[in-house]
Amino acid sequence: MTLGVSETQSPDEGLPTDALVETAEAKEIEGRSPGEIAWARLRRDKIAIASAIVILLIILVALFAPLIVKLNGFPPDQFNKLNANGDPLLNTRDGGIPIGGLWGSGTSSEHWLGVEPQNGRDVFSRLVYGTRVSLLVALGGTIIAVVLGTVIGMVSGYFGGWVDTLLSRLMDIMLSFPSLLFVMALTPVVASRGQDLLGIPDDNKLRMGVLMFVLGFFGWAYLARIVRGQTLSLREREFVEAARSLGAGPNYVLFRQVLPNLLPTLLVYTTLLLPTNITAEAALSFLGVGIKEPTASWGRMIADASAWIESNPLYLFFPGTALFITVLAFNLLGDSVRDALDPRAGRS
Amino acid sequence: MGRYLIRRLIQAVFVLLVISAITFFLFWATPANPALLICGRNCNAETVAQVNATYGFDKPLVVQYGQYMQGLVSPGGRTIGSEGNERNCAWPCFGESYQNGIPVWNSIKDAFPATLWLALGAAVLWLLSGVMLGLIAALRKGKFIDKFSVGLALFGVSFPTIVFGYLLLFLFIVKLKWIPFPDTANAALFTVGPVKWLQFYILPWITLALVFAALYTRITRANMIDTMNEDYIRTARAKGLGERTVVFKHGLRSALTPIVTIFGLDVGGLLGGAVITEQIFSITGLGKFSIDSVLSNDLPAIMGVVLFAAIFVVLANIVVDVLYAVIDPRVRLS
Repeated sequence: MTLGVSETQSPDEGLPTDALVETAEAKEIEGRSPGEIAWARLRRDKIAIASAIVILLIILVALFAPLIVKLNGFPPDQFNKLNANGDPLLNTRDGGIPIGGLWGSGTSSEHWLGVEPQNGRDVFSRLVYGTRVSLLVALGGTIIAVVLGTVIGMVSGYFGGWVDTLLSRLMDIMLSFPSLLFVMALTPVVASRGQDLLGIPDDNKLRMGVLMFVLGFFGWAYLARIVRGQTLSLREREFVEAARSLGAGPNYVLFRQVLPNLLPTLLVYTTLLLPTNITAEAALSFLGVGIKEPTASWGRMIADASAWIESNPLYLFFPGTALFITVLAFNLLGDSVRDALDPRAGRS
Repeated sequence: MGRYLIRRLIQAVFVLLVISAITFFLFWATPANPALLICGRNCNAETVAQVNATYGFDKPLVVQYGQYMQGLVSPGGRTIGSEGNERNCAWPCFGESYQNGIPVWNSIKDAFPATLWLALGAAVLWLLSGVMLGLIAALRKGKFIDKFSVGLALFGVSFPTIVFGYLLLFLFIVKLKWIPFPDTANAALFTVGPVKWLQFYILPWITLALVFAALYTRITRANMIDTMNEDYIRTARAKGLGERTVVFKHGLRSALTPIVTIFGLDVGGLLGGAVITEQIFSITGLGKFSIDSVLSNDLPAIMGVVLFAAIFVVLANIVVDVLYAVIDPRVRLS
């Protein structure tokens, strides 16, 4: 069934550099597939392991958000006015700044990362729930972008001719677009459209769907261009020719022969697109066109906190750090995956 | 060269037509009737019909698109308003704001200089710092300075603009108080003088430039390392040319050509970044104008600013392509 796909997977031209390192072990590890070699390289990479652990933790936090918040006991939407002793949490005369805690943030043994000024919602709980929104929207947008980019890129590269000309032009247009500006302008429009078409209210569930859709729709072009290039060269390879001479149709060739060979590239760009989309979601929510109140989102928290930057900088610090660490971890892992799959590209 | 330029210009016009059509139909085809946006709470069947007649919403979309494009193309602009209350909207007519009736073009014209200064300053900053860091890193490959700039670049790529911008604002404005809080009046170079102007723009420049500077450091470094391993570099050295000539005339020049292409692509991303930067540092530029328009559902303003940005990006791309054709003659032939 495989028609020799696994044997032809990703010719590892990068071996010269690694061959020197690996000659000692070469005898016993003979016959490893390129995937196994990459996996072994990845496991030796300390930065990759560290960032993978961080990402795993973040995913766990997102999955078990309700459980974690139960530990601390403050639902993310609950307005807290008093602490356990019955003392007020917020200074009502001073615009609602939290009382006590580190740098006027209201941190305490109850509210680990303090409380929100004015409303008194627990910052830790909101941060934990924000992880969900961030990851979910980014993941959805990335999946849409990768699927679109792969299919369009493969079709463009495989069929060539006017299809290729048309799709390549489309990629050029999409790439030179001020995409954030467009996404920003379109999100409310798409949201109101979705509201009318689907007959559901413009709540944050719809908003999340719209964000995924818009991010995916504007994120596929770069990947499509790379996939197109790779498909162009894969198309000319002997195993594709062999399959075609045996009577395989374009569907078979594209999905059974070209696609498996694209997997390393797709893996790298998926890991690198995720942080881009996490940043984009935060930026949109920050600007007020993404996730709205009362759902917690890191971008929204940063926007709210910016008004308190003088009196309560920690309120800004927590969501900012969460965002930074998440994006950094994904970027580091993406770089490591690329290095592992194609050592020639190097960490440039 | 002339032929190449003409072909590029025709392509650009085509691209702009496609973009304008897509945006127009997307924005105006929303089932939420634009008339409802205008009359707001006072809507009833009569007022809606009246608004529809005034703005021409009762005509087919294609006709509306034609009228919109007429305002952009014909030198006399176009006529807007209802019968008996017609007025001329001078070229280039992007329509009038639903919110306050100000011609969109006037608002764009007012907001543009602030964004232009922001973008220009940031672009100069990231090109200089990115190329310089990348060059030094490539020439001192494996040394401390190389590792330092690679690390810095990795960090910079991962710093979301919103986080980095507020970090700078907090450090230099709130904590250290080296720079006063941003005051929009200081955006005008010729009325407040260069010192206040620099103080106003320095942090936004750094904020906007960071991600790009990091990317350009990585790209320059990689290109430069590749280039310096080329045979013709060895030939140049063998000829006895000085190291400076080899690095700058033979190496850097060819390592920089891809940068020119990438720069053209990044102009679009730059405008997106400008939206966030302007929001953080309260700059009343195009970004602020566009986000305000989006939040108040002001369709003509959103449409205008998106189209304007698209025109700007397409023009920038032409300039870059022409530059590229000048640097690399092979481009002209293909």
